Amino acid sequence: MPRRRDEMVPDAEFRSYYGQPVVKRPIWHEPHMPAYLYLGGLSGAAGAMAAAARLTGRDRLELAARMAAFAGAGAGTVFLVAELGRPMRFLNMLRVFKFTSPMSVGSWTLAAHSGLTGIAVGSAVTGLLPLAGGTASVASGLSGVAMATYTAVLLADTAVPAWHEGRRELPFLFSGSALASAGAALMLTTPRAQAAPARAAAAAGAMAEIVAGGLLERRLGLVGEPYRRGRAGRLMRASRVLTLGGGLLATVAGRSRALTALSGLAITAGALCTRFGVLEAGRASAEDPRYTVVPQRERVDAGRPASVPGR
Amino acid sequence: MAERVGFFTDTSICIGCKACEVACKEWNDVPDDGFVFRATSYDNTGALGASTWRHVAFVEQDGRWLMMSDVCKHCTHAACLDVCPTGALFRTEFDTVVVQSDVCNGCGYCVPACPYGVIDRRQDDGRAWKCTLCYDRLRGGMEPACAKACPTKSIQFGPLDELRERAEARVERLHAEGVTEARLYGESPDNGVGGTGAFFLLLDEPETYGLPPDPVVTTRDLPAMWRWAGGAALALAAGVAACFVRTRT
Ligand code: SF4
Ligand code: SF4
Repeated sequence: MPRRRDEMVPDAEFRSYYGQPVVKRPIWHEPHMPAYLYLGGLSGAAGAMAAAARLTGRDRLELAARMAAFAGAGAGTVFLVAELGRPMRFLNMLRVFKFTSPMSVGSWTLAAHSGLTGIAVGSAVTGLLPLAGGTASVASGLSGVAMATYTAVLLADTAVPAWHEGRRELPFLFSGSALASAGAALMLTTPRAQAAPARAAAAAGAMAEIVAGGLLERRLGLVGEPYRRGRAGRLMRASRVLTLGGGLLATVAGRSRALTALSGLAITAGALCTRFGVLEAGRASAEDPRYTVVPQRERVDAGRPASVPGR
Repeated sequence: MAERVGFFTDTSICIGCKACEVACKEWNDVPDDGFVFRATSYDNTGALGASTWRHVAFVEQDGRWLMMSDVCKHCTHAACLDVCPTGALFRTEFDTVVVQSDVCNGCGYCVPACPYGVIDRRQDDGRAWKCTLCYDRLRGGMEPACAKACPTKSIQFGPLDELRERAEARVERLHAEGVTEARLYGESPDNGVGGTGAFFLLLDEPETYGLPPDPVVTTRDLPAMWRWAGGAALALAAGVAACFVRTRT
């Protein structure tokens, strides 16, 4: 993939059909889709933390992580079903498995992850089948990291310029944000003596989210513009401020309840802003034909048009 | 499998009568798409959508009108088909791309995946719709309704190879007549979607008509996307591990 020129393409004359969009904007709704993306990330990273807590013998942190992973997957599924309209439509997706469809892969990932976190919580709450519960808890570490990252592919595998061109950074933006979200939730729900890894996760995830977001906006050049402008720009900036503040606070919150709460809430709000901002940037980039036409025109004029796939 | 068939739409002879739009609606029982006056041109349908399977674009230029009847491209590598999680979109024996409305669950994934902005979800029934290249008529040995109705033969239907030859000949003739701006769009099997089952003769750059100049099937980059996501998943796992190691007491 050739590097995009760094300087912004000037407001050059570009031609379009009465300024109408070339590609269709994603029809996904607010708050369903961004809420699902946030909850999926939270649940996934919490699953990974449950596994790590189990392997290092932190039982209270593990319990909190099992709960968060299950709650996130459950609430996320509710939002996903609301997006689709009816529960049957989600089950309908499980009739097929297609590697070329991130939504198909994602439906299976969500089903597996929900199942594993359900077993882990069920066992923890009832005290039944502790071996199965523990195994599920560790396995949810694997389903969790898939859960927290596949959503980036879901967005990138579209013709929406701001998403498709962000295919390298989006997974890191989402996994960083997921780690921060889970850290935030767990430092609020774990006894302070065992919450140190949660605080570390909140801080490290926040930093990763900020770095990946910055790279995303910078590397994309013209196509990165929608992340900086209008409502998407405001959301992404708010996300950065909240995430940075929350992340820094997590490093110094120590055992202060008030600071921990403040940090956790800021990080959560920041992670939500990130998801709403990314959805909005995608919409804006699809609605303005400039972001579709200009890069393609440059490719053609430079004599290196796209070729047949797989070559 | 039957021979691959498709459309060659020669916009140089389109008169913008919209017979294709009407014939498509009638045959396929496509509902009203809302009658809007856009105040930009004589185009009152605007774009392809769930209830507009043929769309006639009107481009007003200095001293001339360009008209073009647009349609689903029935791509060789169709992003809509690749990303559909239910298998509602399928490739027919004629190598065209069709949605089975009874299987579609309205997830809407195909909509932003199409690099041409063709397929769309209908508000009221929540399912995705687009041109079927009159699959039912093809099975009955007939040509699609739009091609049948087109009074100028701007829309030509037939085996794709034959259409390509006809199109080349037409471009050559136009060039000889001094219409040097005539060019084919979408016919090359080497383009970003592996060639389209519906291609066009245009008299200006594709973007003038609202077409992408160099579309790519979005799933071309999917293996790379899964690799980047895999990297991010590993980084997440490593990050979690680091949080626990660093804080081990
Ligand atoms: S033009 Fe769009 S809707 Fe038609 S086959 Fe290609 S990807 Fe699918
Ligand atoms: S909206 Fe229907 S046709 Fe489109 S991807 Fe979803 S299930 Fe497939």
